[in-house]
Amino acid sequence: MTTTATFSRYADLPALIGLMEGDEKHNGASVSTLDVLWVLYDRVLEVTPDTAEDPARDRFLLSKGHGPAAFYAVLAAKGFLDVPTLRGWTAFDSPLGHHPDRVLVPGAEIGSGSLGHGLPLGLGTALGLRARGVRRADRTEPRVVVLVGDGELDEGSNHEAIAAAGRLGADNLTVVVIDNASAQHGWPGGVGRRFEVEGWAVREVNGRDHDALDEAFTRTRDGRPLAVVARVRNGS
Amino acid sequence: MRETFAATVNRALEQDPRTALVLAVISSGMFRRSAARYPDRVIDLGIREQAMIGVAGGLALTGMRPVVHSYAPFLVERPFEQIKLDLGHQDAGAVLVSIGGSYDAAEAGRTHQSPGDIALLDTLPGWTVRVPGHPDEASEALELDIPGDHRAYLRLSGTSNRAALPVGPRLHVLRTGSPRSAGVVVAVGPMLDRVLEATADLDVTVAYTSTVRPFDREGLSTLAAAAGNADVLLVEPYLRGTSAHEVSEALADRRHRQLSLGVPRDTELRAYGTPAEHARAHGLDTEGIAKAARDFFLV
Repeated sequence: MTTTATFSRYADLPALIGLMEGDEKHNGASVSTLDVLWVLYDRVLEVTPDTAEDPARDRFLLSKGHGPAAFYAVLAAKGFLDVPTLRGWTAFDSPLGHHPDRVLVPGAEIGSGSLGHGLPLGLGTALGLRARGVRRADRTEPRVVVLVGDGELDEGSNHEAIAAAGRLGADNLTVVVIDNASAQHGWPGGVGRRFEVEGWAVREVNGRDHDALDEAFTRTRDGRPLAVVARVRNGS
Repeated sequence: MRETFAATVNRALEQDPRTALVLAVISSGMFRRSAARYPDRVIDLGIREQAMIGVAGGLALTGMRPVVHSYAPFLVERPFEQIKLDLGHQDAGAVLVSIGGSYDAAEAGRTHQSPGDIALLDTLPGWTVRVPGHPDEASEALELDIPGDHRAYLRLSGTSNRAALPVGPRLHVLRTGSPRSAGVVVAVGPMLDRVLEATADLDVTVAYTSTVRPFDREGLSTLAAAAGNADVLLVEPYLRGTSAHEVSEALADRRHRQLSLGVPRDTELRAYGTPAEHARAHGLDTEGIAKAARDFFLV
């Protein structure tokens, strides 16, 4: 566990990403999902390597499965993955590929890569936790957080889940949209409106501002699922 | 079978808090009472079939046992990638139950027909596939599959045999041919009664199954070994030859002939009418099966 202790800080994430991507000049901090992932695992989600199988853990579902280096780096920094595992990524016998596989990656709740699957899976997970009446020892209800990209929202399957989650009042479900304006035809009026009109609470935030992200992730408890739109400029 | 399905699932919802039902409007009226009693476990997503499968996958990841139901084309074909990824790739289980098998919805036309459902699911590993031939077989299949964690597909049909047979992993022999018999006929689900009638005057072994995956290769091999010829006629109520590769595998160690009957692959039948008329057009009525059997077994 010495490696974990060595690489457990936010400042270590670029080096961890470098272990995978192998490019010394690559600036890992520019990865669009990095700060959101860090804030989630460092401050928001109640899940640790020790509680990774606990039915009452918080769940994080990486729907935008491409470019998972930041995700693997955060999992390593938080002790879900051994740091040396990162080095062999995408090799035949590595558990880490260009798209994560939940069966292979400790700490990954879903396998993803094909876009538009995480949100419906997340809604089902949220409904399942509710149906089972799952509570933590302190009686609080676990939550489900799904990360999608603004380009990913092009996939129609997301909109089935956005509408259904709003109608079903799944306020244990949070979606964070990494908005780097990458959708081919854009989202006139903003990504958030797609959620708002379906009855979600929507918060827009600078996707690099850790305190602002932390606050934006504060749970709703009024029947409305929560969408956090994290604006990020690639390379910023 | 649809009514039996509803009664069995309503009972499962009452008895096992792990059971959840996921719908996209179709058949929701049959579960109204359960929906009122168990609003967290009877989930009607509206006409959203991709979400229906995705939500089922998420439910399974929390330990629930989702039963998912719609017309076959909207349950299997439309959200096929969700079946592949949100269930299979996640290693999540569910029980998918379809109505409108093959051409049951004859009057509704091609949009509501799905003779390729089982062939399509057969491209994915690890599915149990059942094709009940009687309402009692449908309830027995559900009682077998709902308690598990595996992935199961039940194709319900509007057509039934006169009597129910046990649901299980093995071929069920209804008629045993002589040691000099012409071969073996395998009837699947609602094809049984007409197969028995069509082959009544032939010296063949007739076996039945409502469980087509996993296919009882060992059982077929044994029956073929006991017959005069290791020739197999396969009669399935959906896409022709869907289980032909299973017969090939079962008999890979010996010379044999095989013929598959089912819905033809080479044309789209653009006709309405009744399921009986479609069966006739596809050569799946008694007369068509009898003629194919005589030709194949060289009688």
